[in-house]
Amino acid sequence: MTTPANEPKDLQDMTGTEAAADAKRGPSIATRERRQGSINPSGETPYLEVENLTVKFPTADGLVSAVNGLSYSVPLGRTLAIVGESGSGKSVSSMAVMGLHDRKRTQITGSIRLGGDEVVGLPENELMKIRGDAVSMVFQDPQSSLHPLYTVGNQIAEAYLVHHKVSKDVARKRALEMLDLVGIPNPQRRFKQYPHEFSGGMRQRAMIAMGLVNDPKLVIADEPTTALDVTVQAQILDLLNNLQKEFGSAIVLITHDLGVVAEMADDVLVMYAGRCVEYGTAEDVLARPRMPYTWGLLESIPTVSAANERLRPIKGLPPSLLNLPTGCSFNPRCPYKDRVKGERCTTDLPELLPVDGAGAHTSRCHLHDKASIYEAEVAPRLG
Amino acid sequence: MSMTTPVQDNVPANGSVTPLLQVRDLKMHFPIKEVAGLGRARKVVQAVDGVSFDLKPGASLGLVGESGCGKSTTGRMITRLLTPTAGQILFKGTDIARLKEKDLRPFRRQLQIVFQDPYSSLNPRQTVSNIISTPLRVHNLVKKGKELDRVQELLERVGLNPEHHNRYPNEFSGGQRQRIGIARALAVEPEVIIADEPVSALDVSIQAQVMNLMEDLRRDLGIAFVFIAHDLGVVRHFCDEVAVMYLGKIVEQGPREQIYGAPQHPYTQALLSAAPDLGTIRGVPPKERIRLVGDVPSPIDPPSGCRFRTRCWKSEDICATQEPLLEIKPRSGSGHTAACHFAEPKVDLIAETA
Repeated sequence: MTTPANEPKDLQDMTGTEAAADAKRGPSIATRERRQGSINPSGETPYLEVENLTVKFPTADGLVSAVNGLSYSVPLGRTLAIVGESGSGKSVSSMAVMGLHDRKRTQITGSIRLGGDEVVGLPENELMKIRGDAVSMVFQDPQSSLHPLYTVGNQIAEAYLVHHKVSKDVARKRALEMLDLVGIPNPQRRFKQYPHEFSGGMRQRAMIAMGLVNDPKLVIADEPTTALDVTVQAQILDLLNNLQKEFGSAIVLITHDLGVVAEMADDVLVMYAGRCVEYGTAEDVLARPRMPYTWGLLESIPTVSAANERLRPIKGLPPSLLNLPTGCSFNPRCPYKDRVKGERCTTDLPELLPVDGAGAHTSRCHLHDKASIYEAEVAPRLG
Repeated sequence: MSMTTPVQDNVPANGSVTPLLQVRDLKMHFPIKEVAGLGRARKVVQAVDGVSFDLKPGASLGLVGESGCGKSTTGRMITRLLTPTAGQILFKGTDIARLKEKDLRPFRRQLQIVFQDPYSSLNPRQTVSNIISTPLRVHNLVKKGKELDRVQELLERVGLNPEHHNRYPNEFSGGQRQRIGIARALAVEPEVIIADEPVSALDVSIQAQVMNLMEDLRRDLGIAFVFIAHDLGVVRHFCDEVAVMYLGKIVEQGPREQIYGAPQHPYTQALLSAAPDLGTIRGVPPKERIRLVGDVPSPIDPPSGCRFRTRCWKSEDICATQEPLLEIKPRSGSGHTAACHFAEPKVDLIAETA
């Protein structure tokens, strides 16, 4: 680990070379992210690449930037967890990947590539071919995302029929196969049942069966277990893990539960107020976090294994997206901003930079001695 | 159990403190009608089926379990938002389980509830001041004209700006609304607060703020809490004593350290093992995984004998025929009870913090 004395220098050096390398493209918030291959913490060739994604919605009170300059990538067989509080833009960004935003009311800029092909700006009929086929989504609330008037089996078979020129009988067989695969007992009988006859966990299994029926390369799971009980949640997480091993899909897991992240994710991206504030492998972000917001999240969770110490919540509230603070969006709630010289936290938006001068673990923070502050102050409190 | 002297026959084993609240064999059976052949069969949902516990002044008891286990129903019966089918709720020795509304009034003041959803539990058409002062008026706790002072004092107590008293709930965030709900419960100076999943609708950083507020209230005002939650981490943090419920019954109960450190009932063990934990990522060896199969059976027609036996890996014939009693087991610590024929402590379920 870099000592506090020379880390600032390293950081600056690095910024200098980065800037030089990207000089011909002009200065940019995300200079480092522009470079192919370096944006993925694993170093593997990504299947999904999101680059400088910005999503804006016009509202009665003005234009809201729900997602701002977001970049990440996920290779096949890997799971990226996007973590953040409500309103941080985690769901909005993944809905953009599926092309689910109303195109008349949403301004999307940046690039989203699936296996190299651009998705942003594709016409609706092209998107229809991708949705549910190469990319599928598992939603949070299986109660409201299954159609109550169709049998569960028919809904799964339909998802297959839409993308394959096969007979209904073949689709039916495929649906039965999927029901069996996701661990629904007695698929023959369950096929003919309606969603209300399923329990919450079973419905979520059916949703996953529907999501995987076309063998997608990318599965976006938006809070897939939030509505479920812990024992059922554990079953569903195991199921997702096993299916990923079998199908080798890339998974984007959207969640607010860091416990789930620890058990599922290979990579973690922390979002705050529409921006990525920390990105790296799960081990980097959870065991060596380098951003005060991530520290705050970790310190405010009462864990099953921790002793009864007083929780240290992040003070204040997340900012309104309509009226973001200047500089770092987290600065009004940040207990460490006094340690940055001058008023940089309130005037300059920090760039997303490698935490140790190099490598794939990045964070957006002006603090120079993040590593030593974490080791000396935060880590002991986490136990 | 004697009906006339219920207080005496349940002196807690480990101390001289008289419990504030004693719940004895509480049952709530909701009648339902189900189509059966040509006619309709009368059946009942056994939402809560024989729950007993004590709550000492200033203590906090956690009721944990999955959805449908009866934890919220229990909370609602204690506050008498529901009238129990059977059983006793002794508040300072008086059984309030069947009191009429008129006689119940003074007790309502002592037993307050904080609800899960801060969006639906506050009337959107009432100002915050009105929401908090209604209980004050109902119980004649303040003189006319002094209401606002008390409301502002309460707002300050729960960490809100006292100047915001004439705002409406929609002007507040989820965490702030939950604080308003807590202020409303505090207004009548209760001795017991039933907190029904008070933080599960909130974001983690806000959740910690509200947890700390409730801890302060408990410490400063000596209010006893019945804390209903499904999040084992939250319960471990807040409660001295924990009762684990499954299908309307308490399956294990005891001091926090016992329940989390040496759980005896297979269900408690499964629950703890299923909770996703951050420890694994910090190099702590992964805990043993117990994965339950299937779902919770229907409370309309619960399994015979032990209700957990359909999902239990230890289940044998005796489990179907004989219902296990909630009792102290040979290898359990003081005050630690479990309802299982094959109870034995398991100590390695939660990852040790290195």
